[in-house]
Amino acid sequence: MTEVLSSLLLVIGGAFMLLAGVGIVRMPDLFMRMQAATKAATLGVGCMLFAVAVHFGELAITARCMLVTAFVFLTAPLAAHVIARAAYSIGVPLWKGTFCDELHDQKDQQGPPSPEGSAAMSGQTDSKETAAARGTPSDDNAGAA
Amino acid sequence: MTPWVMMRSAMPLSTMTLTDAAVTLALIMTSVAMFLALVRLVLGPSLPDRVVALDLIGTLSVGFIAAYDIATDQPILLDAATVVALVAFLATVAFAHYLERRARDD
Repeated sequence: MTEVLSSLLLVIGGAFMLLAGVGIVRMPDLFMRMQAATKAATLGVGCMLFAVAVHFGELAITARCMLVTAFVFLTAPLAAHVIARAAYSIGVPLWKGTFCDELHDQKDQQGPPSPEGSAAMSGQTDSKETAAARGTPSDDNAGAA
Repeated sequence: MTPWVMMRSAMPLSTMTLTDAAVTLALIMTSVAMFLALVRLVLGPSLPDRVVALDLIGTLSVGFIAAYDIATDQPILLDAATVVALVAFLATVAFAHYLERRARDD
């Protein structure tokens, strides 16, 4: 029973990690790549460490697994947020289909060049109009999502 | 169970237990993911792309060590996983700090 459970968790964790790897290669811009890598890899690590805890079934090892899992779950969003903030402030370009850029109006940030001119100026822009102005909104990269 | 990673020749499929198969599959998938992260590390058009790829490689290493733990029945390797997770996090935060400082200085 524990063998089946730990094997299942290992394979699920490995699948999530593979998904993270595919996401970081296929996603169109830095911020999407980052969310794919962070979320999928964190969940994969959680599954794998849980598999280790189930496989050994001792209190000391389970406690250590929980420690590492809690650490990864706490620090992964923090690291992603910090690096996203830094990337935005040095002006990493957004994907051309982005239509909501809420930091664009802030004075203290020199944001990235707006991908669509005025279309990305505010988050309140009617997305249908923007999509119509763009023609086909997400033709090339929709499969990556 | 047999630590198949230590064996010199390939294990015949008939003697593989369920855990062996799962560990093999997990190690292969993690390795492929690590290779894809390496591709992004080499390609990455901007510096933050490379930092994200490095962070992903660190996280994947933790998972790889976890699978290797089960393969070799050595729970002591979990300490190495803790250290790798810690170092990856600190490296990412330090890179982000210097990136942001460079943006402010410009």
